Amino acid sequence: MKILALDSSGLVASVAVVEEDGLDSSLLAEYTVNYKKTHSQTLLPMLDEIAKMIELDLSTIDAVAVAAGPGSFTGLRIGSATAKGLGLALGKPLIAVPTVDGLAYNLYGTDGVICPLMDARRNQVYTGIYEFRDNHLTAIEPQMAVSIREIAEKLCRMKRNVIFLGDGVPVYRHKLTEILMAELRAGGKSFSFAPAHLNKQRAGAIGALAIQYFKEGRFQTAAEHQPDYLRLSQAERERAEQKRTEKQPSASEEIYDPQDV
Amino acid sequence: MKEKKDILILAIESSCDETAAAVVRNGREVLSNVIFSQIALHTLYGGVVPEIASRKHIEKINYVIQEALDRANVGLKDLDAVGVTYGPGLVGALLVGVAEAKAISYAANLPLVGVHHIEGHISANYIENKDLEPPFICLVVSGGHTHLVVVRDYGKYEVIGRTRDDAAGEAFDKVARAIGLGYPGGPKIDKLSKEGNPDAIHFPRAKVEDAPYDFSFSGVKSAVLNHINGCRMKGETLREADIAASFQKAVCDVLVSHALQAVKDYGIPKLALAGGVASNSALRQAMKDACERERIPLCYPSPALCTDNAAMIGAAAYYEYMNGTRHGLDLNAVPNLQLGER
Repeated sequence: MKILALDSSGLVASVAVVEEDGLDSSLLAEYTVNYKKTHSQTLLPMLDEIAKMIELDLSTIDAVAVAAGPGSFTGLRIGSATAKGLGLALGKPLIAVPTVDGLAYNLYGTDGVICPLMDARRNQVYTGIYEFRDNHLTAIEPQMAVSIREIAEKLCRMKRNVIFLGDGVPVYRHKLTEILMAELRAGGKSFSFAPAHLNKQRAGAIGALAIQYFKEGRFQTAAEHQPDYLRLSQAERERAEQKRTEKQPSASEEIYDPQDV
Repeated sequence: MKEKKDILILAIESSCDETAAAVVRNGREVLSNVIFSQIALHTLYGGVVPEIASRKHIEKINYVIQEALDRANVGLKDLDAVGVTYGPGLVGALLVGVAEAKAISYAANLPLVGVHHIEGHISANYIENKDLEPPFICLVVSGGHTHLVVVRDYGKYEVIGRTRDDAAGEAFDKVARAIGLGYPGGPKIDKLSKEGNPDAIHFPRAKVEDAPYDFSFSGVKSAVLNHINGCRMKGETLREADIAASFQKAVCDVLVSHALQAVKDYGIPKLALAGGVASNSALRQAMKDACERERIPLCYPSPALCTDNAAMIGAAAYYEYMNGTRHGLDLNAVPNLQLGER
């Protein structure tokens, strides 16, 4: 089985071809660039480059995998539209891998918990809490958008060793250290930050996870695929907010709950 | 002479709030033209919301493209190129079409031709006017653009006039909102104007000094708003239909006089209209009357080809393709792309 994988969800642009043959699996090629956000201009040329190097016949791939969110809205759409175009032209299915799961999978086999952090702006991070159970990536807290304090407090309550990674680390390293240091140390636990070769999105990880998903039947048509933003657009949020405030009178009516009478 | 092979182009357009794909043969014959319109969705917000538009594009784009191929009864292997709008427009919206088109062109091994959105609008005229050939003067009027263009040759454009502030369609939207018609304003004002007197209120016809072909619509828009405020203060009832008709006439007068001036000055006696506002019935009529008076041949696309669509992109892509235009896999969306720029 051969999977073509793309990740343009964050600061990194990454493309990979992952192959599995019986019990053996390998990364045939991966091209990862963390230099300016010009994914629209670089993603396909990067794919073209590795395809040439490994003499890839595109018709031999079984599916296209993509980091399907959360992440930069525009970045996600560049990845998804590229994947959808490839899927349409090649007649292949699409495997949507949650971005945060893909990040966590970089740290295969660790015995602590893994906490990927992506800067989501508006004082939030896209994050989740993962562990490897019987060598299987398992989400303790599936990917979500929350404040750094909220995720830090969840980690404190778990009382386990934590490894952080992701492009949110430089933004929140100081704050995390402040919140976690005393709490975790008191329980004899520690936290650390993943090193350079493992701490950002890599399409290799998306492809490797996608092979598992594919075997579990978790794929879709290229036509039906769309990113999972984990967030409404600003206009939708404001509209919902407006509706909520307009409904205030009916909310106060609820104070007279029939059960209270 | 060798027989010329037919050129089939798949065209994709996603620059604003329509997700569109088409298959066009030899730049003039539309085999399919599929549009998913998001207007209903954006009406809730009183205008196009870029993030919502982008999300909708990615949701619909493959269905729209597949439908275009199916209706044309062709497969990717029958095509000669993929054309796509890469600017101007909303960057997030454009990126969906551009990334999709690049991936298809790459995987299906087809040449990629990036198209300027306005070049598409102008080229919409080639579809139903089989005899139309450059040179001609084209007035492009839409929600985002007001351009007076000398079309020297296929793919060769000289912009001689543009708006200094609001686009014509934008002024329609703002006035429509002020008199409570809602979005999209153009068609609603057009409709209401039919019940009003276009000479009831005199709104200004702006001229831009030293630039005879440039436009300015913020003045007429402000005049309408002032008139409305004045009526309200005096407690007079608003005669919306008269306001709409008078405003529309003020805008049309300027568009007609500028376009005819350009035809005379440049000595190119052929005029075309393009863009969403070119489907405005008052503008069509005024332009037709003026052109008949001056004996200038006039053409404009049918309404479905005036608003954003991919058939027009296919028409433009064909002439770009024939001129040798090819774009690489690094093609980017260019939100403020200038006409004639590469």
